[in-house]
Amino acid sequence: MKRKEDVRFLHGKGHYVDDIKLPGMLYMDIVRSPYAYAKIKKIDIEAALKVPGVVTVVTGKDLEKYNLHWMPTLMSDTQMVLPTDTVMYQSQEVAAVIATSRYAARDGREAVKVEYEPMKPLMDPYKSLEPGSPVLRTDKPNKKDNHIWHWEAGDKEKTEKVFASADVVVKQEMYIPRIHVVSIETCGCVADYDKVNNHLTMYMTTQAPHAIRTVIALVAGHVGLTEEKIRVVSPDIGGGFGGKVPVYPGYVIAIAVSFLTGVPVKWIEDRSENLQADSFARDYHITAEMAGTKEGKILATRFKVLCDHGYTDAAANPSKFPTGLFSIATGSYDYDTAYMEADAVYTNKPPGGVAYRCSFRVTEAVHAIERITDRFALEIGKDPAKVRMENFIKKEDFPWKSPTGWIYDSGDYHAGLKKVMEVVGYDALRKEQAEKRAKGELMGIGLSTFTEIVGAGPSKDFDILGIKMFDSAEIRVHPTGKAIARFGTKSQGQGHETTYAQIIAEVLGIPAENIQVEEGDTDTAPYGLGTYASRSTPTAGAAAAVAAKKLVDKARKIAAYLLEVSEDDLEWEPGKFSVKGAPEKTKTIQEIVFAAYTNHPQGMEAGFEATHYYDPPNLTFPSGAYICIVDIDKETGGIHVRRFVAIDDCGNIINPMIVQGQVHGGLTQGIAPAMYEELIYDDDGNMLNGTLMDYLVPTAVESPKWETGHTVTPSPHHPIGAKGVGESPTVGAPPAIANAIIDALSPYGIKHLDIPITPYKVWKALKEKGAI
Amino acid sequence: MNKQITVTVNGTQQTLEVEPRTLLVHMIREILNLTGTHIGCDTTSCGACTILMDDKSVKSCTVLAVQANGKSITTIEGVSTEGAMNPLQEGFKENHGLHCGFCTPGMIMRATELLVNNPNPTEDEIRWGISGNLCRCTGYNNIVKAILYASAKMRGVPTASTEPEFV
Repeated sequence: MKRKEDVRFLHGKGHYVDDIKLPGMLYMDIVRSPYAYAKIKKIDIEAALKVPGVVTVVTGKDLEKYNLHWMPTLMSDTQMVLPTDTVMYQSQEVAAVIATSRYAARDGREAVKVEYEPMKPLMDPYKSLEPGSPVLRTDKPNKKDNHIWHWEAGDKEKTEKVFASADVVVKQEMYIPRIHVVSIETCGCVADYDKVNNHLTMYMTTQAPHAIRTVIALVAGHVGLTEEKIRVVSPDIGGGFGGKVPVYPGYVIAIAVSFLTGVPVKWIEDRSENLQADSFARDYHITAEMAGTKEGKILATRFKVLCDHGYTDAAANPSKFPTGLFSIATGSYDYDTAYMEADAVYTNKPPGGVAYRCSFRVTEAVHAIERITDRFALEIGKDPAKVRMENFIKKEDFPWKSPTGWIYDSGDYHAGLKKVMEVVGYDALRKEQAEKRAKGELMGIGLSTFTEIVGAGPSKDFDILGIKMFDSAEIRVHPTGKAIARFGTKSQGQGHETTYAQIIAEVLGIPAENIQVEEGDTDTAPYGLGTYASRSTPTAGAAAAVAAKKLVDKARKIAAYLLEVSEDDLEWEPGKFSVKGAPEKTKTIQEIVFAAYTNHPQGMEAGFEATHYYDPPNLTFPSGAYICIVDIDKETGGIHVRRFVAIDDCGNIINPMIVQGQVHGGLTQGIAPAMYEELIYDDDGNMLNGTLMDYLVPTAVESPKWETGHTVTPSPHHPIGAKGVGESPTVGAPPAIANAIIDALSPYGIKHLDIPITPYKVWKALKEKGAI
Repeated sequence: MNKQITVTVNGTQQTLEVEPRTLLVHMIREILNLTGTHIGCDTTSCGACTILMDDKSVKSCTVLAVQANGKSITTIEGVSTEGAMNPLQEGFKENHGLHCGFCTPGMIMRATELLVNNPNPTEDEIRWGISGNLCRCTGYNNIVKAILYASAKMRGVPTASTEPEFV
């Protein structure tokens, strides 16, 4: 089915936050620190106030009067809205200029004079942990270091024993650098506070409108903004990918100013601000180890991670999981021993990290396991496809308990790898590679066979700031048989207006074209935790199916009444009930719905609606088998991706076209960090590539012609067997590409390169080995 | 000191007052209230602001409004006829060439000039031709497919299947 939402976008009638214009609206621009770590000596706003159009300038001292200068983060750390004495990262918000036009606000921003006393920033997370390093979070009483938290999973002693006695142990350091989501629409809001009615409407680029409403009420409740007085509206969003989950200072300042002035305030960040100050993704320093037999059996894995969180832990993970779902790093392989630990540290960088299209840290986990598996294969001289095939969890062993306690719901890893190997012609490619190697030509084949973990999550383990991670659907069918369905999730391009309608249509039999889907307005949508971490299909999609089933149950009662038979005498097919043995006696769902308003049985509630809040019993576990083939120019290090085939298993597929679109998009966001993207800082804390001139987002030229396919192993616990797919490709692609490039270089003794693997890195590695 | 300019916008002549420094994209979005043209960056890198000026695709964030004086501009709001989609819009819809829709108007305006200059482009020519327009959602495969569809439609030849192809 083609997408219902496309029409407005194609005509330029999308409704994004910067399209909103309200009478009397003011514009906000933010003064930002050029220093990564500095004391603020003085903020001089006099010249700014004289700029035509400037209405006011807000600083930390102004917000301090209302105790709004600090706010909680989603991980229960604290973050500055505006500083009162110290800035902690380059581009940190320092003051906000409010003016009658966008240009006047920018003029005012240029006129604000700030005097700083720069200090030497801590940019290296290892240095930050060294005893004697300056303590960054002097706002935390009794804090004596820069360590945030320590986390562990698995069995430390058992793992040590297995490693000590194993034939083969491989160890590899890997750094997964900081990157940015770069949705084409930046973040922004229009905060509209009505003084007369004490009511705030917050139009905002947010992937989780209800959670944000509750957070605003928690932060600003003490000034009278209680939750029923707040309406958060998430309009059309131009891409989210996790970057529109955090509460950025700009939003809070806009609310504060609107609250104080009673006038709407618009804040739209520009791209440089977005890249330099918004929450980043990744930034994990991983030491990965694998123990196995010399024949190729994996016995155990061990991971140690240093997590660079910038100056505050503003990650968006479920609260009990500071490293997100990183403990999926045991991977797709059948072994029972693993141990992993992580330490998080403060540095003078922007706060974070967001879950950038990775469920929660699954990109990091999968990169670690898929790279170390290839290292293991290289060490024992065995084909990496063979190593994987011989170690996969078998289809019949699901549900399968991992060494870190996850219950994988279903999968057929052998079928996936077999299929992708057939499609690329794996054996012929290895032959070709051998021939090329004999001639000194560089060709690489890289695999990634990953298990994803999405759909957070079951209430017994998952919450964000204490709010459980259920999700919801509310379906109401009108007398003339058309419906409206509202959800607690929020699409940023994933096609919910189409796929949710399809789910309901399949259960209830009302055509998807007749079902209007709405999300994003907290005044009308049922409470939900939003869209990220590939959770919409597993949670809200499930809620839609269950709610639709409740409607079928009500329809049965009405049909029995209309047809004057007992409920047991009825047969259901989506769209109509008929009498068993008398198939010509039917009532369509439309006739039944009409009767719910005009001729319902006495004693039954009139109307035709159902709501369901779905608490998933488990996460879902999509998987995939990807193969990437590269050819490398020895002289220049230039990397050409010859072919990339992705076989994904996301359980039952609701809309094949939309699933494929998600895979294409995720793959391009996967090749990006593998070859092009990383945020680079120098020792003074300057971000060296904070604009799109220097931060390399792939264009249609860098992005290969993706080839995709699927296997289907339905989720046994999901009402329609679906698993979710939005993030699998971003998770699975980087190691496939990295493995391919390193495979091409392995004849020269090159065993690992950190992503992004650029031509320069390739050339340098070859030169160091004397290959060129 | 404001300047008065005359611009033909989507076929209608308009007289407007702008500052010398007003960017064309702001004139389009804020003065003309045509919000289909979007802003995605500040270094002329993303192409979300692409429109046609005298039939050439330009990034309107890097054109001053005064430079449009006496010229004719076309935005996404001006490409369909009486609400019916043109071949490019239809191509994007039939081939799932958009997800969030934010880069889409810019892509369509760029593709419009591309197809005028090269009515029967190869896939590579399309990829190079749209390399000034970033998309973060689609992975580009289906955008290319959409433009190939439009090209076929405009040449009066059968369009390729719009069903997703799987291996």
